[in-house]
Amino acid sequence: MIAVFLEHHEGELQKGALGVLAKAAQLGDEVAGVVLGSGVKDLAARAGRFGAAKVFVADDPALEAPLPQPRVDALAQLVHEQDVDTILFAVSVLSADVAAGLAARLDAGLNWDLVDLASDNGNLVGKRPALEDTVYVDVGWTGETRLAMFRPGTFDPVETGGEAEVIDLSPQFVDFSTQATMLEQAHAESEGPSIEDADVIVAGGRGLGSPENFSLVEALAKALGGAVAATRAVVDAGWYPYATQVGQTGKTVSPKLYIACGISGAIQHKVGMQGSGVVIAINKDPNAPIFEYADLGVVGDLNEIVPKLTQLVEQRK
Amino acid sequence: MKIAVCVKHVPDATVTKRIDPGTKRLDRSGEGALNPFDTQAVEEALRIKERDGDGEVVLVSMGPERALDSLRKALAMGADRAILVSDEQVAGSDLVATSRVLAAVLEREGADLVVFGQQGGDSDGAVLGAAVADRLRRPIISQVAELEIAGGKLKGKRQTEFGYDVIEAPLPAVVAVSDAINEPRYPSLKGIMGAKKKPQETLSVGDLGLEAGNLGEAGSRTSVLALNDPPARGDALKIEDDGSAAEKIADFLAERKLL
Repeated sequence: MIAVFLEHHEGELQKGALGVLAKAAQLGDEVAGVVLGSGVKDLAARAGRFGAAKVFVADDPALEAPLPQPRVDALAQLVHEQDVDTILFAVSVLSADVAAGLAARLDAGLNWDLVDLASDNGNLVGKRPALEDTVYVDVGWTGETRLAMFRPGTFDPVETGGEAEVIDLSPQFVDFSTQATMLEQAHAESEGPSIEDADVIVAGGRGLGSPENFSLVEALAKALGGAVAATRAVVDAGWYPYATQVGQTGKTVSPKLYIACGISGAIQHKVGMQGSGVVIAINKDPNAPIFEYADLGVVGDLNEIVPKLTQLVEQRK
Repeated sequence: MKIAVCVKHVPDATVTKRIDPGTKRLDRSGEGALNPFDTQAVEEALRIKERDGDGEVVLVSMGPERALDSLRKALAMGADRAILVSDEQVAGSDLVATSRVLAAVLEREGADLVVFGQQGGDSDGAVLGAAVADRLRRPIISQVAELEIAGGKLKGKRQTEFGYDVIEAPLPAVVAVSDAINEPRYPSLKGIMGAKKKPQETLSVGDLGLEAGNLGEAGSRTSVLALNDPPARGDALKIEDDGSAAEKIADFLAERKLL
């Protein structure tokens, strides 16, 4: 049976995981959800509404903090004790560590970055874009247990309104799994206008060179009546606030126009903005992956181009 | 403190990467370089050693003989010695097989701290640290953007989808650092000259007491079935700035009624 790791946050099952559940349910056979946490029994019941025929629940104080290693213990036990041979994950900071730890623990194949999954006479085949999405690779599994991680936002949840059979697990934790502890979980408050609703986004990355150069991006955004966004690298470096971050961690945006300034365009960024209408990229590195998915790519110095463009926009609008 | 840094030799960013249709593996015959995401891991290890005033930074890698070039770059940055597992039998290893080899070297080294970079620049995977940590039976903190070590414990601040977490773990432990954790140094001329003389050990699978059946393609649990063209997409336009790029962007926007 296929089981889907259902990540949750503040009492909500995450949309990405419910999307993977919907995909798994489409493959034909009964699908299980797995909910791991503390005080999560209610959540488990809710998974039935999104296509899970069964929900395995481990409700344990050791699973309270979203740390990976106790979850590896619980999922390894699930595979050993129940009729589960495949576990699917929507990628996240947490689930990547869980899936990778589980692969090592069970000697199980892990395919990641998948955008689709098909069943070919019971053999699962994953689809994985590679080399900046220039090749689509069909990947498979050769062991007894199969693990897969999907790109965020790949599938939408489907509300079926069903009811799941809830099965309790009593996980045993190994010594090293509970050594890491969560000291703080500081959840960013949203500040300023939300980038999720903006029609135009001008985004800045490490190629800006310094936090001060965000003023170039801000001026262009203002001229276009748009919002300013940032990449994870510059947010982590403290150049710009977390609320403006686009990407795998951070926000998913779909403006009509997205202008990327000094952004190399790693896959983690792409998944947050690939729904944009028109993408323009300005970068001095001609090999930057962002050019692979920009409608207009400009190889050049953004310090020259962006202020000139701001001026032109102001003149012409 | 003894710090091991796991690094990888990947195709250079300027090389157009291709997958060999025969072996269905990434073609690694062209110019290679130290995985850019690993330079932050090396830098962080060097900073810890410099802060402590003593200790050792050991590089651990798996790859072809040519990977020594990348190890020398990290030695030139300041690492003390390098270990490369180079053996035909490990070619084609996936996550489970690769983590098995690295864990065997790391068991032997017994470092207090094992550091990984954020991800493989070629595989886009951010999974090896957690897999190796499980094999070593040690705690893992991944995506660490700020690292503090004191009193036998490490404290890592990292970003998730929901904001920032601060996680603590006792040593020995494994961390995977984010590419935002530091600005890696460039090797100095003296560093480059000195790198050649630093200890560089090449190991075979037999040296590690590993069985061939658990390694390479035989030890892998994933397979590549077919290579396909990506779905068709619209024509992308790419221009070099000759001084008129701003005008061209403005025209492009006007044509699409975005101005």
